Amino acid sequence: MKSPVELRDMWRAGRQPIAHVENQDLMPLPAPLDDPAADRPWTQLSAQASERYECRLDDTCALSLPHPKTPEDENLLVGKFLSGLEKLFSRENNWTFLQPLVLTMEHCAKCQTCSESCHIFEASGHNELYRPTYRSEIVRRLYFKFVKHGGLLSAWQHGEVHLNWPLVARLAELAYRCNLCRRCAQTCPIGADNGLVAHELRKLFSQEMGIAPKEIHDNGSMLQLKVGSSTGMNPAAVKDNIAFIDEDISEKTGIPVETPWDVEGADVLLIHNAGEILAWPENPGAFALVLNAAGISWTMSSELVAYDSINYGLWYDDAQFARVALKHAQAARNLKVKRIVLGECGHAHKALAVIADRILGGDLNIRRESSLSLLRDIVKSGRLELDPARNNFPVTLHDPCDIVRLMGVVEPQREIMHAICPRFREMQPHGVDNYCCGGGSGFAIMSGHNFPDWRFHVSGRKKLQQVLDAFGDCLDPATPKYLCAPCSNCKGQFRDMLSYYGLWDKHRILYGGLVELIVNAMVAAKPGFVEWEWH
Amino acid sequence: MTLFYCLLYAGAILFVAGSIVRAVRYARQPVHLRWEIYPVPQGKLAELRVMVPEILFLKGLWQFNRRMWAVSYPFHLGLYLITCAAAMGVVSPFAAVLHPVCRAAGIAGLVLVLLGATGLLVKRLANRELRIYTTAADLFNLLFFAATSVLLLAGYLLRPAGAPGPLGILRGALAFDTTVKPPALLTAGLVAAALLVAYIPMTHIAHFIAKYFTYHAVRWDERANVPGSSIERKMAEYLMYRPTWAARHVGATGARTWADIATTNPTQGGPK
Repeated sequence: MKSPVELRDMWRAGRQPIAHVENQDLMPLPAPLDDPAADRPWTQLSAQASERYECRLDDTCALSLPHPKTPEDENLLVGKFLSGLEKLFSRENNWTFLQPLVLTMEHCAKCQTCSESCHIFEASGHNELYRPTYRSEIVRRLYFKFVKHGGLLSAWQHGEVHLNWPLVARLAELAYRCNLCRRCAQTCPIGADNGLVAHELRKLFSQEMGIAPKEIHDNGSMLQLKVGSSTGMNPAAVKDNIAFIDEDISEKTGIPVETPWDVEGADVLLIHNAGEILAWPENPGAFALVLNAAGISWTMSSELVAYDSINYGLWYDDAQFARVALKHAQAARNLKVKRIVLGECGHAHKALAVIADRILGGDLNIRRESSLSLLRDIVKSGRLELDPARNNFPVTLHDPCDIVRLMGVVEPQREIMHAICPRFREMQPHGVDNYCCGGGSGFAIMSGHNFPDWRFHVSGRKKLQQVLDAFGDCLDPATPKYLCAPCSNCKGQFRDMLSYYGLWDKHRILYGGLVELIVNAMVAAKPGFVEWEWH
Repeated sequence: MTLFYCLLYAGAILFVAGSIVRAVRYARQPVHLRWEIYPVPQGKLAELRVMVPEILFLKGLWQFNRRMWAVSYPFHLGLYLITCAAAMGVVSPFAAVLHPVCRAAGIAGLVLVLLGATGLLVKRLANRELRIYTTAADLFNLLFFAATSVLLLAGYLLRPAGAPGPLGILRGALAFDTTVKPPALLTAGLVAAALLVAYIPMTHIAHFIAKYFTYHAVRWDERANVPGSSIERKMAEYLMYRPTWAARHVGATGARTWADIATTNPTQGGPK
């Protein structure tokens, strides 16, 4: 039997991983994935990856952090980590989250109430490494020893910890084994927030040591700030693509569609996750059709960054976060729009509508709201003639954490569902109690080494269970089913995970956005907007 | 006896002072970015609907960790009963009339604290998921509570006939009457209680203070930044802070402010 992970394993010397996950250890799934022996095998980390990168945490590697070449290099990195740790608890460097972080450091009762709420811990088969308090406890001990300078009393009062490079390297990886869904914080009787600890650790590594997943930093926020979008699209490219989408949607629905660009004084500035434009063009196309049909005064902006709502800084870096949020608000101010409406992207909702709220002062303090509310208003207004019979197939709704638990938008999407989807069924639990799709906080776009295997087997497993349970009565492939996920990152996770387990091929479970269901129900549009094809 | 009363006064003063210092320290932390968790109760009445069951019955623990609640709730209920007994039996103008009730509440409270602390101790030692996160101080704290409860119970129940009880002694102390002489065992119990009370604000047991902030200043704080508000003024102040984060892309030099950094595009060099 494997020996369970202990806290002291984190500072254990050697490059051997401290935790290992086998398929038979994982939380069981319902039919048709209920046979652990038939579960997909993991891709093993290559010998080359282990030789070159820090892979001493578990069976995967998110960061591709190179091994330091010498003990001196290790000491230098440990020193940088310590310097960053001190900054994390200083007013000047971290006023943004200092209060909740200190409260969490000083008041966890270690009652483990949060553990069962964590989908990663549960799905892993209760692997100690993934317990929400495991990561936090290490950081807490470091805080009391090195920031509060607790001395000998600190070890007695708060527990021992040994700061060395293996600990730092493992913590860097462990910061990326949490989806930041904050379900643990929701259940903590005291209000401690282990999700925040993972978030702050990511900031320490990025802001002090320049360590972050390349998909999120180099190919994410940096690319967005350089060319305007993490997709690499510059303003000319995005306008070309949208023009093509308009043409395609016009042809498909029989309703002429034209996206307005840079309209001064429009009521609404709509900002999509630009990934939609490339991966799921029917989503921005459906938005254009619906907003035009409802007579909404709206526009998109071709200003740099303003046509891509993503803000990956939300997950790992306050500076990058603030820069992108300001660009979004500046674009709205320049166009003199009345409000910004965020397309179907969860983290973009929370980033601009909630987290950025307090730094957007003066003329940048422009109303920001969810497209789900706007779509609900349109559906309820009667301005579109909708025929629910066109959506007469089983539909379930995934709640993106950033939209429900972390922003409070719960009912609008349900009002739409009840209005246009006669065979709608909820997942259990749902709303603010939902489970993350497993792709949250950047995981959906992180695909280095065998990280996707971890993402599907562990972080996405609970959601997979919910999806299968929701469609448990109609798994027959003769019945096409629609998993509605009004969020780009979640859709990315579902695309990859459903495909990984063959759930489209074998059971006809399709995923898609919410606005597509509205267009699918529009009487004025040609039938069949939702195409039962894998994409 | 003078030392005994000095300890009683010191315990009370350190508890109050320690609690105030802790609360002020949290209150003076900068207003953070919004980080609420929904549902956020709307209005004071809605807040009370969450707070009252949470405080009185530890509803969160009941809902999400029933086995822990089974030992934690007696412990907390015991503390509430002791606090009520002390408040009614010492401070209340009806102390004499309420004395039997206070005595019953006090004894029940001490028994519950003893049971709860023992239960928590056993649980922490028996369950691996709790044990590996438990420090020496955690065990000490629970033993401290259990031992104090035993001393107070024994000191009260075994005191000689006619000897003063804890409420009488505390009433006297409140009136600065230090002539009342408690029996030895009860003296030991009250000294232990004074030390325990002084110790609480120095530990995470002071989560009754933290909980106010985690709920009202974090989970439920969805106050928007409206023009002319105190939040807007504070943000203007914080954006002038000069961070020293070392990663190159941040561009912090110690001289540049958060506002400078936020308006700099690291891929293009200068301020944009």
